[in-house]
Amino acid sequence: MAGLTLYAFGDDTMNGLALFGLGVAAMLGLGVAGGAADEGMRIHAMLFAGAAILAVFFLINRIYEPKVSLAGGPDTIDYNDSVVRAGAIASVFWGLVGFLVGLTLALQLAFPVLNFDTAWLNFGRLRPLHTSAVIFAFGGNVLIMSSFYVVQRTCRARLAGDLAPWFIFWGYQLFIVLAATGYLLGITQSKEYAEPEWYVDLWLTIVWVTYLLVFLATIWKRREPHIYVANWFFLAFIVTVAMVHLVNNATVPVSLMGSKSYIAWSGVQDALTQWWYAHNAVGFFLTAGFLGIMYYFLPKQAGRPIFSYRLSIIHFWSLIFLYIWAGPHHLHFTALPDWAQTLGMVFSVMLWMPSWGGMVNGLMTLSGAWDKIRTDPLIRFMVVSLAFYGMSTFEGPLMAIRTVNALSHYTDWTIGHVHSGALGWVAYISFAAIYFVVPPLWGQARLYSLRLVNVHFWVSSIGIVLYITAMWVSGILQGLMWRAYDNLGFLEFSFIETVEAMHPFYVIRAVGGLLFVIGMLVMIYNLWRTIRGEVRAEAPMAGTAAARA
Amino acid sequence: MFKHSFFEKNSIFLVIGILVVVSIGGLVEIAPLYWLDTTVEKVRGVRPYSPLELAGRNIYIREGCYACHSQQIRSLRDEVERYGHYSLAAESMYDHPFQWGSKRTGPDLARVGGRYSDEWHVTHMIDPRSIVPESVMPGYPFLATKRLDYENMAGHLETNRTVGVPYTDEMIENAVADVEAQANPDEGDVDALLARYPKAQARVFDGEPGKVTELDALIAYMQMLGTLVDFDSFDAAANSR
Repeated sequence: MAGLTLYAFGDDTMNGLALFGLGVAAMLGLGVAGGAADEGMRIHAMLFAGAAILAVFFLINRIYEPKVSLAGGPDTIDYNDSVVRAGAIASVFWGLVGFLVGLTLALQLAFPVLNFDTAWLNFGRLRPLHTSAVIFAFGGNVLIMSSFYVVQRTCRARLAGDLAPWFIFWGYQLFIVLAATGYLLGITQSKEYAEPEWYVDLWLTIVWVTYLLVFLATIWKRREPHIYVANWFFLAFIVTVAMVHLVNNATVPVSLMGSKSYIAWSGVQDALTQWWYAHNAVGFFLTAGFLGIMYYFLPKQAGRPIFSYRLSIIHFWSLIFLYIWAGPHHLHFTALPDWAQTLGMVFSVMLWMPSWGGMVNGLMTLSGAWDKIRTDPLIRFMVVSLAFYGMSTFEGPLMAIRTVNALSHYTDWTIGHVHSGALGWVAYISFAAIYFVVPPLWGQARLYSLRLVNVHFWVSSIGIVLYITAMWVSGILQGLMWRAYDNLGFLEFSFIETVEAMHPFYVIRAVGGLLFVIGMLVMIYNLWRTIRGEVRAEAPMAGTAAARA
Repeated sequence: MFKHSFFEKNSIFLVIGILVVVSIGGLVEIAPLYWLDTTVEKVRGVRPYSPLELAGRNIYIREGCYACHSQQIRSLRDEVERYGHYSLAAESMYDHPFQWGSKRTGPDLARVGGRYSDEWHVTHMIDPRSIVPESVMPGYPFLATKRLDYENMAGHLETNRTVGVPYTDEMIENAVADVEAQANPDEGDVDALLARYPKAQARVFDGEPGKVTELDALIAYMQMLGTLVDFDSFDAAANSR
């Protein structure tokens, strides 16, 4: 009830409670570190205690800091933007980390000597680090940051709580650090996108419930009669992620002092529970949440209202209803009963429609403002992200059809599909949101350079195209090679021949990834100069009013 | 007439509405798997992992092998010819968590047991390209030197029992002894091990008697994969679902 209590009690009470809580956390960490059953748990317990002790210092410092008086008259709202600023920095930082680890993995597959044959840096341990860093560290920070930005402005209310938003922010960073260091230490549940062990899952649950309460409490303070559509999507994302996280991670630790646990579910039930979770990490974390971002920033940047209110209602409810069913398409032709596979396939195909409902609602919002795609690089990012969203949500249902899946499953086609959604849709709409919020958050009138935004756009777009085309070719090629028969009726290729055939595409993919990283570096440079209040002396973008003048 | 603005003005009902709508799919699709008898086939031979195999499985999980290797042969002609009989649900009924995987950067391992010699595995794990030049697999030389941490295997078996694996008291009591007997059969009671875990393979897997290494455990695990089911007792038609 942190959000509620923060709302009701005075600052002194809350500061006292927070200090007490941090003290308990530090003692707990030190206690577990002392009696830890394994080295990984000892390191994590010490990290946890260290974080609590650091937080104590910062909290005491904060208590004795002079309070800044609330700005403006009775009508202005003093938005809590400090935590949004922190979120923007964290998003960019983790984005770079996640992309760099992805590039490392791509290079390891092309040149396996880069595994260095160590325990720490082999592909198997780095892979969850990449997926968690891009989904939860980059994507999660973007979602928390932008949902805090959006909910305050659409409710015309300051973010609820004083310490709670900071607890969410730092608690979430601690979750990331525990998860990431855990993978390198070999601590994993092996459930894809849910690899963190039981104690990290528990910690995330505490942070996440606080997030839900702060978000809801802000909505309760709203001065608008209606809850804006972006916030429906944010709420669906927060609530559903909590649900699938809790069920999929039900686990029994071997010892409360050790990191290892055994999942409550087994075999076929565990498989479907896992893919029910994982597909809704895609559906709610990477889709519903980012649709929330789209529903605020696209109309804002385009200066036009959302195309259809009715369409947003229909596609919201049908999207969240249908997504939940799609998990079994990850398990076609496996030991999962056929009736469940069929259900998953049918619902995945139906899911195409509400997905395109969102894309249409976004794209049609631009009707009458299509010229902005030439003149405004932020609009360009947004439109292309919706185009990639439309493409991946067509490709997904296609790959969910059993006969197509027979070819595509287990191959790089899946990897290509994921990245057209992750790079094209999620990262692009995130970049647009970050470019949008950074100047006002740091009190600047505009970005340092729109031309550099354009450079970022083109460099990373070429990167994406190289990435996904390489994966389409390698995936379909390998799928066809696996099932090829010679004219005597024998399998034509040994497995290793199909691995060998992948090499050129793995090199092309790594080049695509490198371009995406370079684009990110251009963005960081641009944002850094923006925050410093500089404006680049450059000719205006072609086609703009300024260029014509 | 019901107006959508009801949800837009009442956040609690919006949250409840979302919860109801997102719960239906899971309840209809997943929950029945827990009570429908046809979900897991009736077939003989599947038993809980021996303590050494379980320890090996934990190393397989720790190193993220599932990121590149599936353990699930689909019911497709080329897969059955390449890897063997398609996987049965019964074969992973004691797997917490499952290891079906989602990607085949390397081949499927569901029936890798007995396909290669222990020596092949040792060489391959230490330096994959010395034996398969085109391989892109990382080397795992550190497994060969690292002593297996098995003092608490009884605790691991007990936790598995908590989540539903039928380990007996006897199995739990003898967990440590069974690890040593399976990896160093000359110094342990192999007959007792086989009585508890039929078809368990007991030998010095890494070629170095004495010390039980992580490589011993991992190879013991890989060599039993797909070897348990008695396919004479499997009736495909009866298990169509």
